[in-house]
Amino acid sequence: MNLLDTLLRCVGALVAFLTLPLVIGQTEHKVMAHMQGRLGPMYAGGFHGWAQLVADGVKFVQKEEIVPADADRRIFRLAPAVSLLPYLIVLLAIPIGPNGFVGQALDAGLFFVLAVMGVGVIGKLMAGWASANKFSLLGGLRTAAQLMSYELPMVLAAASVAMAAGTVSLTGIVAAFHWWWIPWQAVGAFVFFTAGLAELQRPPFDMPIADSEIIFGAYTEYSGLRFAFFLLSEYAGILVVSALTAVLFLGGWHGPLPDSLGWLWTLLKTFALAFVVIWLRVTYPRLREDQLMRFAWTGLVPLALAQLALTGIVKVAIS
Amino acid sequence: MITSLLASAGPLTPAARSFLSPTGVEIVFLLVGIAVLGSAVIAVTTKQLVHAALWLVVALGGLAVEFLLLTAEFVAWVQVLIYLGSVVVLVLFGLMLTKAPIGRSPDADSGNRWVALAVALAAAGTLVTLVVDAFRTSWIDLGGGGGSAAMTGQSLFRHWVLPFEALSVLLLAALVGAIVLSRTKDERPPKPRPGKLRTGKPVGLSSVPASTTPPQES
Repeated sequence: MNLLDTLLRCVGALVAFLTLPLVIGQTEHKVMAHMQGRLGPMYAGGFHGWAQLVADGVKFVQKEEIVPADADRRIFRLAPAVSLLPYLIVLLAIPIGPNGFVGQALDAGLFFVLAVMGVGVIGKLMAGWASANKFSLLGGLRTAAQLMSYELPMVLAAASVAMAAGTVSLTGIVAAFHWWWIPWQAVGAFVFFTAGLAELQRPPFDMPIADSEIIFGAYTEYSGLRFAFFLLSEYAGILVVSALTAVLFLGGWHGPLPDSLGWLWTLLKTFALAFVVIWLRVTYPRLREDQLMRFAWTGLVPLALAQLALTGIVKVAIS
Repeated sequence: MITSLLASAGPLTPAARSFLSPTGVEIVFLLVGIAVLGSAVIAVTTKQLVHAALWLVVALGGLAVEFLLLTAEFVAWVQVLIYLGSVVVLVLFGLMLTKAPIGRSPDADSGNRWVALAVALAAAGTLVTLVVDAFRTSWIDLGGGGGSAAMTGQSLFRHWVLPFEALSVLLLAALVGAIVLSRTKDERPPKPRPGKLRTGKPVGLSSVPASTTPPQES
Protein backbone atom coordinates (compact mmCIF):
# COMPACT_ATOMS: atom_id res chain seq x y z
CA MET A 1 0.00 0.00 0.00
CA ASN A 2 2.63 2.48 1.13
CA LEU A 3 5.11 1.40 -1.49
CA LEU A 4 2.45 1.49 -4.20
CA ASP A 5 1.47 4.98 -3.11
CA THR A 6 5.07 6.22 -3.31
CA LEU A 7 5.53 4.57 -6.68
CA LEU A 8 2.36 6.17 -8.04
CA ARG A 9 3.48 9.60 -6.90
CA CYS A 10 6.90 9.16 -8.52
CA VAL A 11 5.29 8.03 -11.78
CA GLY A 12 2.96 11.03 -11.62
CA ALA A 13 5.89 13.43 -11.21
CA LEU A 14 7.68 11.69 -14.09
CA VAL A 15 4.66 12.03 -16.37
CA ALA A 16 4.34 15.72 -15.46
CA PHE A 17 8.06 16.11 -16.14
CA LEU A 18 7.74 14.50 -19.55
CA THR A 19 4.64 16.32 -20.78
CA LEU A 20 4.37 19.78 -19.23
CA PRO A 21 7.74 21.09 -20.50
CA LEU A 22 6.70 20.03 -24.01
CA VAL A 23 3.44 21.93 -23.61
CA ILE A 24 5.42 24.99 -22.56
CA GLY A 25 7.75 24.51 -25.53
CA GLN A 26 4.85 24.34 -27.97
CA THR A 27 3.28 27.40 -26.31
CA GLU A 28 6.55 29.21 -26.78
CA HIS A 29 6.56 28.38 -30.51
CA LYS A 30 3.07 29.71 -30.93
CA VAL A 31 3.24 32.72 -28.62
CA MET A 32 6.53 33.91 -30.07
CA ALA A 33 5.20 33.47 -33.58
CA HIS A 34 2.04 35.44 -32.95
CA MET A 35 3.85 38.21 -31.10
CA GLN A 36 6.14 38.54 -34.10
CA GLY A 37 3.29 38.50 -36.61
CA ARG A 38 3.81 35.03 -38.08
CA LEU A 39 2.24 31.60 -37.77
CA GLY A 40 4.85 29.34 -36.21
CA PRO A 41 4.91 25.59 -36.94
CA MET A 42 1.69 24.66 -38.76
CA TYR A 43 2.16 21.31 -40.52
CA ALA A 44 3.44 18.61 -38.16
CA GLY A 45 0.54 16.62 -36.77
CA GLY A 46 -2.17 18.53 -38.55
CA PHE A 47 -3.83 20.85 -36.06
CA HIS A 48 -1.67 23.99 -35.74
CA GLY A 49 1.51 21.92 -35.79
CA TRP A 50 0.97 20.35 -32.36
CA ALA A 51 3.46 17.54 -33.09
CA GLN A 52 6.32 19.85 -33.96
CA LEU A 53 8.19 19.18 -30.71
CA VAL A 54 7.77 15.42 -31.12
CA ALA A 55 9.23 15.75 -34.61
CA ASP A 56 12.07 17.83 -33.16
CA GLY A 57 12.69 15.10 -30.61
CA VAL A 58 12.87 12.44 -33.31
CA LYS A 59 15.27 14.66 -35.25
CA PHE A 60 17.53 15.07 -32.21
CA VAL A 61 17.58 11.31 -31.62
CA GLN A 62 18.62 10.64 -35.21
CA LYS A 63 21.45 13.16 -35.24
CA GLU A 64 25.00 11.97 -34.85
CA GLU A 65 26.43 12.59 -31.46
CA ILE A 66 29.84 14.19 -31.61
CA VAL A 67 32.31 14.50 -28.76
CA PRO A 68 35.19 16.89 -29.55
CA ALA A 69 38.63 15.27 -29.71
CA ASP A 70 40.11 17.36 -26.90
CA ALA A 71 37.09 17.17 -24.67
CA ASP A 72 36.99 15.44 -21.31
CA ARG A 73 34.76 12.65 -22.56
CA ARG A 74 33.27 11.35 -19.35
CA ILE A 75 32.31 14.74 -17.94
CA PHE A 76 31.13 15.91 -21.35
CA ARG A 77 28.70 12.99 -21.47
CA LEU A 78 27.61 13.32 -17.86
CA ALA A 79 26.83 17.04 -17.96
CA PRO A 80 23.35 16.97 -19.61
CA ALA A 81 22.07 14.48 -17.04
CA VAL A 82 23.39 16.57 -14.13
CA SER A 83 21.68 19.56 -15.69
CA LEU A 84 18.32 17.87 -16.28
CA LEU A 85 17.74 15.54 -13.32
CA PRO A 86 17.50 18.17 -10.54
CA TYR A 87 14.37 19.62 -12.13
CA LEU A 88 12.75 16.19 -12.15
CA ILE A 89 13.57 15.76 -8.47
CA VAL A 90 12.27 19.25 -7.64
CA LEU A 91 8.92 18.48 -9.27
CA LEU A 92 8.40 15.76 -6.66
CA ALA A 93 8.22 18.35 -3.88
CA ILE A 94 5.92 20.95 -5.43
CA PRO A 95 2.37 20.75 -4.09
CA ILE A 96 -0.35 20.79 -6.74
CA GLY A 97 -3.51 20.58 -4.68
CA PRO A 98 -4.73 20.33 -1.07
CA ASN A 99 -5.03 17.11 0.96
CA GLY A 100 -1.71 15.61 0.01
CA PHE A 101 -1.83 16.21 -3.72
CA VAL A 102 1.94 16.45 -3.83
CA GLY A 103 4.69 14.09 -4.89
CA GLN A 104 6.35 14.08 -1.49
CA ALA A 105 5.50 16.51 1.29
CA LEU A 106 8.86 17.44 2.76
CA ASP A 107 9.35 19.13 6.10
CA ALA A 108 11.95 21.54 4.70
CA GLY A 109 10.50 21.60 1.19
CA LEU A 110 11.48 25.18 0.41
CA PHE A 111 15.12 24.53 1.21
CA PHE A 112 15.02 21.26 -0.67
CA VAL A 113 13.71 22.93 -3.81
CA LEU A 114 16.20 25.80 -3.75
CA ALA A 115 19.11 23.50 -2.96
CA VAL A 116 18.40 20.96 -5.69
CA MET A 117 17.80 23.67 -8.29
CA GLY A 118 21.24 25.06 -7.50
CA VAL A 119 22.82 21.69 -8.33
CA GLY A 120 21.62 21.87 -11.95
CA VAL A 121 24.03 24.71 -12.58
CA ILE A 122 26.96 22.40 -11.90
CA GLY A 123 25.89 20.49 -15.01
CA LYS A 124 26.16 23.63 -17.10
CA LEU A 125 29.57 24.41 -15.61
CA MET A 126 30.70 20.85 -16.40
CA ALA A 127 29.49 21.23 -19.97
CA GLY A 128 31.26 24.55 -20.36
CA TRP A 129 34.54 23.24 -19.06
CA ALA A 130 34.60 19.77 -20.62
CA SER A 131 33.92 20.98 -24.17
CA ALA A 132 37.51 22.26 -24.56
CA ASN A 133 36.18 25.30 -26.35
CA LYS A 134 36.80 28.93 -25.47
CA PHE A 135 33.22 29.95 -26.16
CA SER A 136 31.95 27.18 -23.94
CA LEU A 137 34.34 28.14 -21.17
CA LEU A 138 33.18 31.75 -21.40
CA GLY A 139 29.60 30.54 -21.22
CA GLY A 140 30.43 28.45 -18.17
CA LEU A 141 32.10 31.42 -16.49
CA ARG A 142 29.13 33.66 -17.15
CA THR A 143 26.79 30.94 -15.86
CA ALA A 144 28.71 30.71 -12.61
CA ALA A 145 28.89 34.48 -12.15
CA GLN A 146 25.19 34.82 -12.83
CA LEU A 147 24.24 32.07 -10.44
CA MET A 148 26.38 33.48 -7.64
CA SER A 149 24.71 36.87 -8.04
CA TYR A 150 21.10 35.78 -8.38
CA GLU A 151 21.01 32.92 -5.85
CA LEU A 152 21.18 35.40 -2.96
CA PRO A 153 18.11 37.54 -3.82
CA MET A 154 16.20 34.36 -4.69
CA VAL A 155 16.88 32.76 -1.31
CA LEU A 156 16.13 36.04 0.50
CA ALA A 157 12.78 36.42 -1.28
CA ALA A 158 11.91 32.81 -0.47
CA ALA A 159 12.93 33.40 3.15
CA SER A 160 10.50 36.31 3.30
CA VAL A 161 7.55 34.16 2.36
CA ALA A 162 8.72 31.45 4.75
CA MET A 163 8.77 34.06 7.52
CA ALA A 164 5.25 35.14 6.61
CA ALA A 165 3.96 31.58 6.77
CA GLY A 166 6.05 30.56 9.76
CA THR A 167 7.14 27.34 8.07
CA VAL A 168 9.55 26.15 5.38
CA SER A 169 7.29 23.37 4.19
CA LEU A 170 5.81 24.14 0.78
CA THR A 171 2.42 22.66 1.61
CA GLY A 172 2.44 24.58 4.89
CA ILE A 173 3.18 27.84 3.07
CA VAL A 174 0.29 27.37 0.66
CA ALA A 175 -2.03 26.34 3.46
CA ALA A 176 -1.20 29.53 5.38
CA PHE A 177 -1.86 31.75 2.38
CA HIS A 178 -4.40 34.61 2.50
CA TRP A 179 -5.32 36.86 -0.37
CA TRP A 180 -3.69 39.93 1.24
CA TRP A 181 -0.33 38.19 0.98
CA ILE A 182 -0.24 39.14 -2.69
CA PRO A 183 0.20 42.90 -2.10
CA TRP A 184 2.26 42.19 1.04
CA GLN A 185 4.75 39.92 -0.77
CA ALA A 186 4.57 41.58 -4.19
CA VAL A 187 8.17 42.82 -4.11
CA GLY A 188 9.37 39.40 -3.00
CA ALA A 189 7.43 37.76 -5.82
CA PHE A 190 9.03 40.09 -8.34
CA VAL A 191 12.52 39.42 -6.97
CA PHE A 192 11.97 35.65 -6.83
CA PHE A 193 10.56 35.40 -10.33
CA THR A 194 13.25 37.62 -11.85
CA ALA A 195 16.06 35.80 -10.08
CA GLY A 196 14.52 32.51 -11.18
CA LEU A 197 14.56 33.70 -14.77
CA ALA A 198 18.21 34.63 -14.39
CA GLU A 199 19.00 31.23 -12.93
CA LEU A 200 17.36 29.60 -15.94
CA GLN A 201 19.34 31.87 -18.26
CA ARG A 202 16.23 32.88 -20.09
CA PRO A 203 16.13 36.16 -22.00
CA PRO A 204 16.69 38.94 -21.00
CA PHE A 205 19.23 37.17 -18.76
CA ASP A 206 20.65 34.86 -21.43
CA MET A 207 24.15 36.33 -21.46
CA PRO A 208 25.73 32.89 -20.69
CA ILE A 209 24.20 31.31 -23.79
CA ALA A 210 24.08 34.41 -25.98
CA ASP A 211 23.94 32.78 -29.39
CA SER A 212 25.01 35.86 -31.31
CA GLU A 213 28.07 36.43 -29.11
CA ILE A 214 29.41 33.15 -27.76
CA ILE A 215 27.45 30.68 -29.89
CA PHE A 216 25.20 29.18 -27.18
CA GLY A 217 27.98 29.18 -24.61
CA ALA A 218 28.30 25.90 -22.75
CA TYR A 219 26.18 24.03 -25.32
CA THR A 220 28.31 24.96 -28.35
CA GLU A 221 29.79 21.50 -28.82
CA TYR A 222 26.68 19.48 -28.05
CA SER A 223 24.55 17.79 -30.66
CA GLY A 224 21.83 15.20 -30.86
CA LEU A 225 20.11 13.87 -27.78
CA ARG A 226 22.42 15.52 -25.26
CA PHE A 227 21.70 18.94 -26.73
CA ALA A 228 18.00 18.11 -26.55
CA PHE A 229 18.46 17.33 -22.86
CA PHE A 230 19.83 20.80 -22.27
CA LEU A 231 16.87 22.34 -24.10
CA LEU A 232 14.49 20.15 -22.13
CA SER A 233 16.14 21.23 -18.89
CA GLU A 234 15.44 24.83 -19.87
CA TYR A 235 11.73 24.15 -20.36
CA ALA A 236 11.54 22.03 -17.24
CA GLY A 237 13.20 24.95 -15.47
CA ILE A 238 10.50 27.32 -16.70
CA LEU A 239 7.91 24.92 -15.35
CA VAL A 240 9.62 24.65 -11.96
CA VAL A 241 10.21 28.38 -11.50
CA SER A 242 6.66 29.25 -12.58
CA ALA A 243 5.16 26.59 -10.35
CA LEU A 244 7.27 27.68 -7.39
CA THR A 245 6.33 31.32 -7.85
CA ALA A 246 2.68 30.30 -8.08
CA VAL A 247 2.94 28.16 -4.96
CA LEU A 248 4.95 30.60 -2.85
CA PHE A 249 3.51 33.96 -3.84
CA LEU A 250 0.23 33.46 -5.68
CA GLY A 251 -1.43 31.04 -3.32
CA GLY A 252 -1.11 27.77 -5.23
CA TRP A 253 -4.40 25.91 -5.06
CA HIS A 254 -6.40 28.78 -3.48
CA GLY A 255 -9.13 30.11 -5.75
CA PRO A 256 -12.87 30.65 -6.04
CA LEU A 257 -13.61 27.05 -7.03
CA PRO A 258 -13.99 24.28 -4.41
CA ASP A 259 -10.86 22.63 -3.04
CA SER A 260 -11.26 19.54 -5.21
CA LEU A 261 -10.40 21.69 -8.21
CA GLY A 262 -7.36 23.20 -6.49
CA TRP A 263 -4.92 21.49 -8.82
CA LEU A 264 -6.54 23.36 -11.69
CA TRP A 265 -5.71 26.68 -10.05
CA THR A 266 -2.09 25.69 -9.50
CA LEU A 267 -1.73 24.66 -13.13
CA LEU A 268 -3.51 27.80 -14.34
CA LYS A 269 -1.25 30.10 -12.33
CA THR A 270 1.81 28.14 -13.40
CA PHE A 271 0.98 28.42 -17.07
CA ALA A 272 0.10 32.12 -16.77
CA LEU A 273 3.58 32.68 -15.33
CA ALA A 274 5.15 30.51 -18.04
CA PHE A 275 3.39 32.74 -20.57
CA VAL A 276 5.01 35.78 -18.90
CA VAL A 277 8.40 34.06 -19.22
CA ILE A 278 7.87 33.63 -22.95
CA TRP A 279 6.49 37.14 -23.27
CA LEU A 280 9.62 38.58 -21.65
CA ARG A 281 11.78 36.64 -24.08
CA VAL A 282 10.01 38.19 -27.04
CA THR A 283 9.90 41.76 -25.75
CA TYR A 284 13.17 42.45 -23.93
CA PRO A 285 16.67 42.73 -25.37
CA ARG A 286 19.54 40.91 -23.73
CA LEU A 287 21.22 42.61 -20.78
CA ARG A 288 24.95 43.25 -20.98
CA GLU A 289 27.13 41.37 -18.48
CA ASP A 290 27.82 44.43 -16.30
CA GLN A 291 24.17 45.49 -16.40
CA LEU A 292 23.27 41.98 -15.34
CA MET A 293 25.54 42.10 -12.29
CA ARG A 294 24.48 45.63 -11.37
CA PHE A 295 20.82 44.67 -11.58
CA ALA A 296 21.36 41.79 -9.17
CA TRP A 297 23.51 43.54 -6.59
CA THR A 298 22.11 47.06 -6.61
CA GLY A 299 18.54 46.23 -7.61
CA LEU A 300 17.35 42.84 -6.47
CA VAL A 301 19.37 42.33 -3.27
CA PRO A 302 18.25 45.64 -1.65
CA LEU A 303 14.68 44.98 -2.78
CA ALA A 304 14.76 41.50 -1.25
CA LEU A 305 16.20 42.88 2.01
CA ALA A 306 13.50 45.56 2.11
CA GLN A 307 10.87 42.87 1.59
CA LEU A 308 12.36 40.84 4.43
CA ALA A 309 12.20 43.88 6.71
CA LEU A 310 8.61 44.60 5.69
CA THR A 311 7.61 40.99 6.27
CA GLY A 312 9.20 41.06 9.70
CA ILE A 313 7.49 44.31 10.70
CA VAL A 314 4.04 43.22 9.54
CA LYS A 315 4.49 39.80 11.11
CA VAL A 316 5.34 41.33 14.48
CA ALA A 317 2.52 43.86 14.16
CA ILE A 318 -0.21 41.30 13.48
CA SER A 319 0.93 38.62 15.90
CA MET B 1 23.91 20.39 18.19
CA ILE B 2 24.98 17.08 19.64
CA THR B 3 23.93 17.95 23.17
CA SER B 4 20.58 19.31 22.05
CA LEU B 5 20.03 16.09 20.13
CA LEU B 6 20.94 14.26 23.29
CA ALA B 7 18.57 16.40 25.30
CA SER B 8 15.79 15.59 22.92
CA ALA B 9 16.68 11.93 22.96
CA GLY B 10 16.50 11.54 26.71
CA PRO B 11 19.15 10.23 29.10
CA LEU B 12 22.16 8.36 27.81
CA THR B 13 21.62 4.77 28.65
CA PRO B 14 23.81 1.89 27.57
CA ALA B 15 22.49 0.17 24.50
CA ALA B 16 19.93 -2.48 25.13
CA ARG B 17 20.56 -3.88 21.68
CA SER B 18 23.45 -5.56 20.00
CA PHE B 19 25.69 -3.80 17.54
CA LEU B 20 26.12 -7.02 15.63
CA SER B 21 22.67 -6.98 14.01
CA PRO B 22 22.69 -3.80 11.96
CA THR B 23 19.55 -2.47 10.36
CA GLY B 24 19.31 -1.57 6.71
CA VAL B 25 19.72 2.13 7.46
CA GLU B 26 22.96 1.46 9.32
CA ILE B 27 24.38 -0.58 6.46
CA VAL B 28 23.49 2.16 3.97
CA PHE B 29 25.03 4.73 6.33
CA LEU B 30 28.29 2.82 6.39
CA LEU B 31 28.35 2.30 2.61
CA VAL B 32 27.69 5.98 1.92
CA GLY B 33 30.38 6.83 4.45
CA ILE B 34 32.87 4.70 2.58
CA ALA B 35 31.87 6.38 -0.69
CA VAL B 36 32.33 9.82 0.90
CA LEU B 37 35.75 8.85 2.22
CA GLY B 38 36.79 7.43 -1.15
CA SER B 39 35.70 10.45 -3.15
CA ALA B 40 37.32 12.79 -0.64
CA VAL B 41 40.62 10.91 -0.97
CA ILE B 42 40.36 11.06 -4.77
CA ALA B 43 39.56 14.78 -4.57
CA VAL B 44 42.86 15.52 -2.85
CA THR B 45 45.02 13.06 -4.79
CA THR B 46 43.85 13.43 -8.39
CA LYS B 47 46.07 15.37 -10.74
CA GLN B 48 43.14 16.75 -12.72
CA LEU B 49 42.11 20.01 -11.14
CA VAL B 50 38.48 20.20 -12.23
CA HIS B 51 37.97 16.51 -11.47
CA ALA B 52 39.08 17.25 -7.92
CA ALA B 53 36.33 19.86 -7.61
CA LEU B 54 33.77 17.43 -9.05
CA TRP B 55 34.84 14.66 -6.66
CA LEU B 56 34.28 17.24 -3.94
CA VAL B 57 30.70 17.45 -5.21
CA VAL B 58 30.34 13.70 -4.69
CA ALA B 59 31.85 13.85 -1.22
CA LEU B 60 29.70 16.76 -0.06
CA GLY B 61 26.57 15.27 -1.61
CA GLY B 62 27.33 12.00 0.18
CA LEU B 63 27.58 13.92 3.44
CA ALA B 64 24.12 15.36 2.77
CA VAL B 65 22.85 11.80 2.33
CA GLU B 66 24.42 10.88 5.68
CA PHE B 67 22.59 13.77 7.35
CA LEU B 68 19.37 12.53 5.76
CA LEU B 69 19.96 9.02 7.09
CA LEU B 70 20.40 10.56 10.55
CA THR B 71 16.97 12.25 10.01
CA ALA B 72 18.59 15.70 10.04
CA GLU B 73 16.60 16.73 6.98
CA PHE B 74 17.05 20.49 7.35
CA VAL B 75 20.82 20.27 7.78
CA ALA B 76 21.03 18.02 4.72
CA TRP B 77 19.29 20.49 2.44
CA VAL B 78 21.32 23.38 3.80
CA GLN B 79 24.43 21.34 3.11
CA VAL B 80 23.34 20.90 -0.51
CA LEU B 81 22.31 24.56 -0.87
CA ILE B 82 25.48 26.06 0.59
CA TYR B 83 28.20 23.58 -0.30
CA LEU B 84 27.07 22.08 -3.60
CA GLY B 85 25.15 25.11 -4.86
CA SER B 86 27.54 27.84 -3.83
CA VAL B 87 30.94 26.76 -2.56
CA VAL B 88 31.67 24.21 -5.28
CA VAL B 89 30.32 26.58 -7.94
CA LEU B 90 32.67 29.24 -6.55
CA VAL B 91 35.59 26.78 -6.67
CA LEU B 92 34.78 25.86 -10.28
CA PHE B 93 34.43 29.55 -11.13
CA GLY B 94 37.83 30.29 -9.66
CA LEU B 95 39.39 27.34 -11.49
CA MET B 96 37.92 28.45 -14.81
CA LEU B 97 39.05 32.05 -14.24
CA THR B 98 42.63 31.06 -13.52
CA LYS B 99 43.71 27.68 -14.85
CA ALA B 100 41.56 24.72 -15.71
CA PRO B 101 43.41 22.51 -18.19
CA ILE B 102 41.74 19.38 -19.51
CA GLY B 103 43.80 16.34 -18.58
CA ARG B 104 46.53 15.93 -16.00
CA SER B 105 48.56 18.79 -14.67
CA PRO B 106 51.84 17.28 -13.41
CA ASP B 107 52.69 20.40 -11.44
CA ALA B 108 49.49 20.11 -9.39
CA ASP B 109 51.38 19.23 -6.26
CA SER B 110 52.16 20.85 -3.00
CA GLY B 111 55.17 20.63 -0.71
CA ASN B 112 52.79 20.87 2.21
CA ARG B 113 51.03 17.60 1.54
CA TRP B 114 52.67 15.65 4.37
CA VAL B 115 51.91 18.45 6.80
CA ALA B 116 48.35 18.52 5.50
CA LEU B 117 48.08 14.76 5.96
CA ALA B 118 49.35 15.05 9.52
CA VAL B 119 46.85 17.83 10.31
CA ALA B 120 44.01 15.84 8.73
CA LEU B 121 44.89 12.71 10.71
CA ALA B 122 45.22 14.67 13.93
CA ALA B 123 41.85 16.37 13.40
CA ALA B 124 40.16 13.09 12.51
CA GLY B 125 41.73 11.40 15.52
CA THR B 126 40.59 14.14 17.87
CA LEU B 127 37.02 14.10 16.54
CA VAL B 128 36.68 10.34 16.57
CA THR B 129 38.09 10.13 20.10
CA LEU B 130 35.76 12.88 21.26
CA VAL B 131 32.62 11.36 19.76
CA VAL B 132 33.45 7.84 20.88
CA ASP B 133 34.25 9.04 24.38
CA ALA B 134 31.09 11.16 24.55
CA PHE B 135 28.63 8.53 23.41
CA ARG B 136 30.26 5.22 24.34
CA THR B 137 27.69 2.54 23.69
CA SER B 138 24.59 4.65 24.21
CA TRP B 139 21.73 4.27 21.81
CA ILE B 140 19.88 7.29 20.45
CA ASP B 141 16.53 6.69 18.85
CA LEU B 142 16.26 8.93 15.81
CA GLY B 143 12.64 8.22 15.08
CA GLY B 144 10.81 11.32 16.27
CA GLY B 145 11.71 13.99 13.75
CA GLY B 146 14.52 15.37 15.89
CA GLY B 147 16.18 16.96 12.87
CA SER B 148 13.19 18.81 11.48
CA ALA B 149 13.38 22.50 10.69
CA ALA B 150 11.34 23.38 13.78
CA MET B 151 13.56 21.36 16.13
CA THR B 152 16.75 22.71 14.57
CA GLY B 153 15.49 26.28 14.82
CA GLN B 154 14.48 25.83 18.45
CA SER B 155 17.77 24.38 19.57
CA LEU B 156 19.70 26.95 17.52
CA PHE B 157 17.88 29.97 18.90
CA ARG B 158 17.31 28.72 22.45
CA HIS B 159 20.50 26.90 23.43
CA TRP B 160 22.98 28.13 20.86
CA VAL B 161 22.12 31.79 20.34
CA LEU B 162 25.49 33.11 21.51
CA PRO B 163 27.67 30.97 19.20
CA PHE B 164 25.24 31.70 16.39
CA GLU B 165 25.51 35.45 16.87
CA ALA B 166 29.27 35.28 17.36
CA LEU B 167 29.56 33.43 14.06
CA SER B 168 27.45 36.01 12.27
CA VAL B 169 29.66 38.80 13.63
CA LEU B 170 32.69 36.84 12.44
CA LEU B 171 31.19 36.50 8.97
CA LEU B 172 30.33 40.20 8.91
CA ALA B 173 33.91 41.05 9.83
CA ALA B 174 35.17 38.79 7.04
CA LEU B 175 32.81 40.49 4.60
CA VAL B 176 33.97 43.97 5.58
CA GLY B 177 37.57 42.77 5.39
CA ALA B 178 37.04 41.43 1.88
CA ILE B 179 35.57 44.76 0.78
CA VAL B 180 38.47 46.68 2.31
CA LEU B 181 41.02 44.39 0.67
CA SER B 182 39.42 44.60 -2.75
CA ARG B 183 39.30 48.39 -2.78
CA THR B 184 41.96 50.24 -4.73
CA LYS B 185 44.74 51.63 -2.60
CA ASP B 186 44.99 55.19 -3.86
CA GLU B 187 41.92 57.34 -4.15
CA ARG B 188 43.27 59.50 -6.98
CA PRO B 189 41.34 59.18 -10.22
CA PRO B 190 43.15 56.89 -12.67
CA LYS B 191 45.20 58.56 -15.35
CA PRO B 192 43.72 58.48 -18.84
CA ARG B 193 45.27 55.89 -21.07
CA PRO B 194 47.47 56.97 -23.94
CA GLY B 195 45.41 57.80 -26.96
CA LYS B 196 42.59 59.18 -24.90
CA LEU B 197 44.23 62.55 -24.25
CA ARG B 198 41.98 65.52 -24.36
CA THR B 199 43.34 68.90 -25.31
CA GLY B 200 43.80 71.45 -22.56
CA LYS B 201 44.21 68.87 -19.81
CA PRO B 202 47.82 68.23 -18.80
CA VAL B 203 48.28 64.60 -17.88
CA GLY B 204 51.17 62.93 -16.12
CA LEU B 205 54.67 64.40 -15.96
CA SER B 206 55.05 67.40 -18.19
CA SER B 207 58.50 66.36 -19.45
CA VAL B 208 57.45 62.87 -20.52
CA PRO B 209 54.97 62.38 -23.36
CA ALA B 210 51.88 60.64 -22.14
CA SER B 211 52.20 57.77 -24.56
CA THR B 212 55.49 56.64 -23.00
CA THR B 213 54.40 56.58 -19.37
CA PRO B 214 54.31 53.04 -18.07
CA PRO B 215 50.84 51.63 -17.55
CA GLN B 216 49.64 52.23 -14.03
CA GLU B 217 48.52 49.39 -11.90
CA SER B 218 45.18 50.34 -10.54
